[in-house]
Amino acid sequence: MPTSLVDAESLIAIDVGSVTTRAFLFDVVDGRYRFLASGAAPTTANAPFSDVSEGVRIALENLQSITGKVLLGGDERLIIPSMSDGSGVDVVAATISAGPPLRAVLVGLLEDVSLESARRLASTTYVRVVETLSLNDRRKTENRIDAILRLRPDLVLITGGTDGGASQSVLKLLESVGLANYWLPQENRFEVLYAGNQKLEDEVKATFQRIGPLHIAPNVQPELGVQQYQGAQIQLADILRTIRSRQLVGVKELDNWSGGGLLPTASSFGRVIRFLTRIYDSAKGVLGVDIGASATTLAAGFAGELIQAVYPHLGLGHGATGILHQATVSEIKRWLHLDLSDDDIRQYIYNKALYPSSLPETQEDLAIEQVMARLAMRLALRDISPGFPAHSFRYGPALLPWFEPIVATGSVLTRAPNFGQSALMLLDGLQPTGITTLVLDQNHISPALGVSAAVNPILAVQVLESNTFQNLGTIISPLGNAKPGTPVLRVRMTLDGSSETAVEVKQGSIQVLQIPQGQEAQLSFTPLQRYDIGMGGAGRGGRLRVRGGALGVIIDARGRPISLPPDPVRRRELISKWRWILGC
Amino acid sequence: MLAEVTHILPVTLIRRERMLPIPGRVLVRKGQKVSATDVIAEANLNPEHLLLDIARGLGLPEDKADRYLQCKDGMQVAQGDILAGPVGWAKRVVRSPRGGRVILAGDGKVLIELDSPPFEMKAGIPGTVIELRENRSVTIETSGALIQGVWGNGQIDYGLMFVLVRSPDDTLTTDRLDVSMRGSLVIGGYCGDAEVLRAADSLPLRGLVLASMDAALVSEAARMRFPIMLIDGFGKLPMNTAAFKLLTTNERREAALNAENWDRFKGVRPEVVIPLPASGEPKTPREVGYFEAGQQVRILRAPHKGKIGTLVALHPGINRLSNGVQTKTGVVQLESGDEVVISLVNCEILE
Repeated sequence: MPTSLVDAESLIAIDVGSVTTRAFLFDVVDGRYRFLASGAAPTTANAPFSDVSEGVRIALENLQSITGKVLLGGDERLIIPSMSDGSGVDVVAATISAGPPLRAVLVGLLEDVSLESARRLASTTYVRVVETLSLNDRRKTENRIDAILRLRPDLVLITGGTDGGASQSVLKLLESVGLANYWLPQENRFEVLYAGNQKLEDEVKATFQRIGPLHIAPNVQPELGVQQYQGAQIQLADILRTIRSRQLVGVKELDNWSGGGLLPTASSFGRVIRFLTRIYDSAKGVLGVDIGASATTLAAGFAGELIQAVYPHLGLGHGATGILHQATVSEIKRWLHLDLSDDDIRQYIYNKALYPSSLPETQEDLAIEQVMARLAMRLALRDISPGFPAHSFRYGPALLPWFEPIVATGSVLTRAPNFGQSALMLLDGLQPTGITTLVLDQNHISPALGVSAAVNPILAVQVLESNTFQNLGTIISPLGNAKPGTPVLRVRMTLDGSSETAVEVKQGSIQVLQIPQGQEAQLSFTPLQRYDIGMGGAGRGGRLRVRGGALGVIIDARGRPISLPPDPVRRRELISKWRWILGC
Repeated sequence: MLAEVTHILPVTLIRRERMLPIPGRVLVRKGQKVSATDVIAEANLNPEHLLLDIARGLGLPEDKADRYLQCKDGMQVAQGDILAGPVGWAKRVVRSPRGGRVILAGDGKVLIELDSPPFEMKAGIPGTVIELRENRSVTIETSGALIQGVWGNGQIDYGLMFVLVRSPDDTLTTDRLDVSMRGSLVIGGYCGDAEVLRAADSLPLRGLVLASMDAALVSEAARMRFPIMLIDGFGKLPMNTAAFKLLTTNERREAALNAENWDRFKGVRPEVVIPLPASGEPKTPREVGYFEAGQQVRILRAPHKGKIGTLVALHPGINRLSNGVQTKTGVVQLESGDEVVISLVNCEILE
């Protein structure tokens, strides 16, 4: 790890996504680390390749042709470390989200306690829970064995018992897991992660170590009310790496290039969000959202604490139909500004799942895809919100806590035809409260920074400070209970060296105050009707200095949660109006 | 740019490796001829177990009970066989309630895997077995026409093809299905009515190949006992002209329909194989390719979804589509002669 830039090292971060493989080059420019360029290629994890190397090679070739820097040797392999002629790179970091989600069986004592911890742990990476076993499970041991064998899990995740707590009941549950794994042929045995009562560690080892791969992590719930996931998350990342290495050629090599530091993309994204909580306003959290083809990931950081969840069933690619299991077509339709039939929407989603990497070419398809992104965010938030710390600032229990900033990535957001569409998707999907900044990671660089931070934290800090992300705008979301049309906020904006603009914001409206990119403005707020804008309580106003982003300042007074008119014609008119205001 | 390839080929060499999900038993030998529905391998995918508490049965503590075990790991037992005992004056014994194989015996317990019907893996295509992987997979080779689909309901069968599609945009209705089609593989156009699927099931058909289907019928189609394959996708989509020509010119031939669901990760997808003798030595078609001008492509997204054309130009760099989305684009000349600009990720090579 360089302690100064004297021994600065160039770094390539490679992210193998389910659709796209990206390679990012970082190096020192004018004494500071900078993101220089990225190359992309279709991921080659699927058959007939079943080998991520080809996608990585093409992404590196693209990066090579963009930068003019020689990265690949005559054998088409990455040159590590860099040579005296400037070719190659010193350090490699890598992340992966390609591959089907791991199938997991969760084992815990009580449904509401340890199984809930297991669920939360499983949701931190690309896992699909296929079965749960707990004390509430009345099945006989042999039926549990059969259930596990029928489902052929990749992983059994065991939690349960506080340290020094219940032991016999945990062991009883483990009997069926051990016997099921014993039955399987050696090469088909599942990985076992034990993150329960540490007093049982020796007995767990005695039961499982001879049978199959066993991983021990610190208890996720060492005592009642105390939860710690970090240790188990590291083990889970390790298991994912092991399984992907078995499934896909090239993963092991990628891991070797990165010195054994290959991470799940979601973990790395979470690491950046946690990192940002140390830089930004500690009273608020930092929210990250990544809407990918394989999954939607939410990461919320609160003063160094990270709450993260990966939702493979809410990805916009192969798993697109998963949204239909959680939301009706009518719910999707409610957010559309176009008059499309239920059939149109359903057929679109099923066809999208057939061709996950395809892009919308018509306005209709684009509208549906963007609404799916909104719903993916809403559904993910509904699930993750109960896990947000009780001390996080929020206006109401069903509303989003205060975040600053909100970092968003994922092709549906970054490839939107204009920033207005990206912003409106985020405003509708997340429905932020108070004052926040929407930041778009257009280059999908966050996971690369997260994984790079482990080998070169200075690089991560300097790149984050270098305006790598696109500031979409400052969001003001006043909250209160006034009727639509009632003035709820007065805003005065003074642009540096320019005249003053004053606006009165009415409940139900959305307004944009333009600030030229790079310029700063002084904002002064006077809430009416005892509205809360997050400046210290209901009715409290104040001043704020903001830098112009792509859209300036967006005052979103549509209420929280946003309530859409039941009449479809009025609703579509209203959504079209919002789109027009944001320049969509 | 790397591209997916879909095969709609009049004659080609088809080679498919059929793999068991877990090790089992391969039932064919190299060089053997198989039909699509022949069982070529089997495995115990859904085992049923019985855990017997020997200690309790004998009325002994666990450590003592093990001394009376009369079975050991791996032993085959029949219903009524003594597993442990006799113990005491009453000569207490524990018998196996059903036949099976002892998986584990010890610590006062015996775990038996009960005899149960295995999962049978069918060949999927007719042909010759050319390679075996012990306990795991069978590779079959054949020559013939190949039509790959985009969605399947997981079933496999074969039969004589009965073409009910008169034009690429035809709709299959119940009144067009009758008893003369019983046992055949029907080629239809669009299906938007669950009654059509039920009627086909009641005949029954051996299989149904559709251009497209209403997505609302997915769960109904998945429940059908006969294979269903979609060639072009969901919604009212016409059958692509290449598939239409190939299927209609092969009417009344025997064909195999493997309606396996499309899994890119595993490399399996639904397909129809019409066995035909090959002249010369045909090659196996490539699975992926790189876009080049002159290739035949199928368009995957609206407004030209399902249409076939020739890729006439690849644009450099990134370009903006009419809806504002930025992407790599190319020019496709459709069969009508019209030229359209298409995102390359929305095309697949057709060959």
